[in-house]
Amino acid sequence: MTDYKNILSDTVRDIKPSGIRRFFDIAQNVKGVISLGVGEPDFHTPWDIRAAAITALEKGKTVYTANAGLSELREEIASYTERKTGVKYSPDNETVVTVGGSEAIDITIRALVNPGDEVLIHEPCFVCYAPLVRLAGGVPVTITTYARDKFKLLPEQLLKNITPKTKLLILAYPNNPTGAIMTSEDLNGIAGVLKDTGIAVLSDEIYAELTYGKKHVSIASADGMKERVVMVNGFSKAFAMTGWRLGYVHAPAPIAEQILKIHQYAVMCSPTVSQYAAIAALRNCDCEVRAMVSEYNRRRRFVVSRFNEMGLRCFEPEGAFYVFPSVESTGMTSEQFCEKLIMEQKVAAVPGTAFGDCGEGFIRVSYAYSMKHLQDALERIEYVIKDTE
Amino acid sequence: MNNELLKLLKKNARYSDEELGAMLGIPASEIAGQIKKLEDDGIIRGYTTVVDGDKLDDDAVCAIIELKVKTKSGLGFNGIVNMIMQFDEVESVALMAGDYDLAVTVRGAKAVAFLVSQRLSTIDDVLSTATHFVLKKYKENGVILNTDENDERGFVSP
Repeated sequence: MTDYKNILSDTVRDIKPSGIRRFFDIAQNVKGVISLGVGEPDFHTPWDIRAAAITALEKGKTVYTANAGLSELREEIASYTERKTGVKYSPDNETVVTVGGSEAIDITIRALVNPGDEVLIHEPCFVCYAPLVRLAGGVPVTITTYARDKFKLLPEQLLKNITPKTKLLILAYPNNPTGAIMTSEDLNGIAGVLKDTGIAVLSDEIYAELTYGKKHVSIASADGMKERVVMVNGFSKAFAMTGWRLGYVHAPAPIAEQILKIHQYAVMCSPTVSQYAAIAALRNCDCEVRAMVSEYNRRRRFVVSRFNEMGLRCFEPEGAFYVFPSVESTGMTSEQFCEKLIMEQKVAAVPGTAFGDCGEGFIRVSYAYSMKHLQDALERIEYVIKDTE
Repeated sequence: MNNELLKLLKKNARYSDEELGAMLGIPASEIAGQIKKLEDDGIIRGYTTVVDGDKLDDDAVCAIIELKVKTKSGLGFNGIVNMIMQFDEVESVALMAGDYDLAVTVRGAKAVAFLVSQRLSTIDDVLSTATHFVLKKYKENGVILNTDENDERGFVSP
């Protein structure tokens, strides 16, 4: 019999499966579940974008593009980034179009991390960073962020965790799962700590378009930071294009050159039809994006106010499309609460622990759902809470 | 603010004041006041229900009647409109630019027949009518009827 233990890579075998997986399995086996657990928009991709893809197919745009992506698209991306963040990147040698933000994160980490290097990751956070750091031979070092600090990474926390081995900081705001954002003041604090070090920053800004009230600020715009920041963004969340698998990375030319090398060997280029669609997204869809953002904002306010009514402490998220209420008052752990929720009321939410151990005591609730769906689901959550009182 | 409030009410007139207040970020008591004012000012004219007729046994057909009008008699344009609006079966009356002047939506085959043969044809000012029967409604008042679209997203994803 084949011993797969010997066949598989030790590094891969040692990586824990995502905590989300377990709940996915439970949810699938309970009939009639309604979910609040999804990390993607409920909107369809705006029609203009879909039409551009159809046209591209009709014209037979079905071959590889340049490795870095269509130059027309890179120009649109660079001008969009400048419009949104004020940071200027060259479309020629500082922009690479990737297969979603996910690939951008992966190849950035691989381009920057040597075996044994420490990579700082603030938690609770999206699930992919630590495993990808491990695959690159790096050592993830997690920093807990707290509800009392609005889940921001504080300069003093950052400073405390820097060692001579620290190579990279992964900064992910607006944040999944907490909905936290960083203001330019907050980022200047972080930049101040990094200024005299050789530490680079991977700034995952995939939710940049989705902020409510305050405009998104990129750490690349902080004084002296651009030269050591790799900015990751993509089309999935802003333009409701998750299935198109299209993202991009901006980095100083010497870094982008190496990132492009990995990209070229790993995937050749990003999906061609998606790239044509993305050009339309950046040129024609400001209006649609604004409409989606205001719809998310209404839902956000509604969901936060409902949780507060129920007596679950809920930090007010200012970005992304998640709320992260505390379930501590119920006396249950995150997993117990989520399990009760799904078994008794058939509502699927994600336990905070899926986003790091420090997510204990919280659940992640997505509001990428229609108001009717949210009304129904929140009523069911209220039953569970009343039941535990 | 009124625009935002109206947009939400047009989507769902049954949102509670608390829900509307939460979504718009203002106190529920203020919402009640604003709605009262919109009603008093005649901006909100009523609340109705979007019904998918296909799901009911009720087989009342619906027709759109195009009218060409030329005011000759003392009735005048407004007189014609007022007369047509009296009928309960008339759901909407609109002044049109283009090939004809008035578009009248009527519910019920009898009502359509009566309106065309007994009322409209007797008015000198009505030059001609053209009646179109509606076979199926796909979307009404912004609501898609009979949608069979499912949420294809998984239950849980990062």
